[in-house]
Amino acid sequence: MITKRIIPCLDVRDGRVVKGTNFLNVSDVASPVDLAEIYSREGADELVFYDITASNEGRRLFTDILTFTARKVFIPLTVGGGINTLDDFHRVLTAGADKVSVNSGAIRNPELIGEAAKRYGDQCVVLSVDIKRVDGEFRVFSKGGREDTGMEAISWIRRSVDMGAGEVVVNSIDTDGVKGGFDVELLRLVTEAVKVPVIASGGAGSVEHFIDLFHKVPNIDAGLAASVFHFGEIKIPDLKVALSEAGINVRS
Amino acid sequence: MIAIIDYGVGNLFSLRSSFDAIGAETVITSDPDVIRSADKVLLPGVGAFEDARRKLRLSGLDKVVVEEATAGKRIMGICLGMQMLFERSYEYGEHEGLGLLSGSVIGMQGTLPEDLKIPHIGWNSLSVKSEHPIFKYVKDGDFVYFVHSYYAVDCDNSLLATTDYGKEITAAVASGNVCGTQFHPEKSGEVGLGILRAFAEW
Repeated sequence: MITKRIIPCLDVRDGRVVKGTNFLNVSDVASPVDLAEIYSREGADELVFYDITASNEGRRLFTDILTFTARKVFIPLTVGGGINTLDDFHRVLTAGADKVSVNSGAIRNPELIGEAAKRYGDQCVVLSVDIKRVDGEFRVFSKGGREDTGMEAISWIRRSVDMGAGEVVVNSIDTDGVKGGFDVELLRLVTEAVKVPVIASGGAGSVEHFIDLFHKVPNIDAGLAASVFHFGEIKIPDLKVALSEAGINVRS
Repeated sequence: MIAIIDYGVGNLFSLRSSFDAIGAETVITSDPDVIRSADKVLLPGVGAFEDARRKLRLSGLDKVVVEEATAGKRIMGICLGMQMLFERSYEYGEHEGLGLLSGSVIGMQGTLPEDLKIPHIGWNSLSVKSEHPIFKYVKDGDFVYFVHSYYAVDCDNSLLATTDYGKEITAAVASGNVCGTQFHPEKSGEVGLGILRAFAEW
């Protein structure tokens, strides 16, 4: 049977990997190429690179890093951050990305999802959504979690999948950086709403949190995390063993 | 020299990088003469069957591939490239394939248990059904990376490996000098590189 995936996420700014807490404080950890190679060797099932650069120079550096990585790492690479047009899709795909994740760019211009899916296939288009509880509902936030769009999250996800998103990454702002576990309530709602693979993000602090995620949300496909991997708090080989012992099917 | 056929479908970056990593020489080409002079041919492909098949036909490369395969050259198809080796596909209508392998390609929608997600995306394990040089480094149960919504059926005579996704799905095929994988060896870590190495050495 298909396995549950473990996905380290690398936020890249000015050529370095960084990781913030609640998207605000940011600290530098390592070279993205080195880190990607280590994760691949340790058994990561896939990698996500987020470009959090604002400048054009930083963007070129990011594209170069992506190419270096794709020459050395032979597992799927998803790229996000600053994807606003079909040209952005083209730029990262020719640099070595396999899938492209859209977030604020798709909120501003929802047609981007359908156009990209038509050109590159549904499997290439990943919807990434930052979600926070506001007034008793799940709200979509844009611009790296800073701006409340007023949109209800589940309906936005459904609509995006209907337009051609082939996978969904759900980032819970409420649990992100807190290391208190994934947002089980939100993730259950999303996996019930769509039939495409759903990737959980935000809140991983321990091996038990991953076990909990896959037990409590049986239809979730993958768990994504950043700092717990970057700072060595969770070793991927240990995580895989623990998941397997807990009866969760993973790639060994 | 392995000729990776470029007919305007899909991203060949990872494929070339994988062969680079194992030290095998490749050329990305749409030139019939280069394809004819190559030792082996690799037919990649992602996207929709009809679109890819049309591009291959318009470029005239479908004839070159069939001629070379018929003359005995070793040919490997990957993902949609593998699907095109069969007689026909039922992806949005009925479309003729290259007919190098017997069998056809059908959709997961309606042919797999309802609760399964489509596309089949992720790492799944191989159940090896027969021996073949391209699988010389593969062990039963090895994991490889899949991304697809269609799969080959009625291909028992070329079945090399299956994977379990609600039922047994064709994962790799080989018959004589023609072979293919539904999964992406260039995205399947060490196991995938082993398959590409075996193809290069075959």
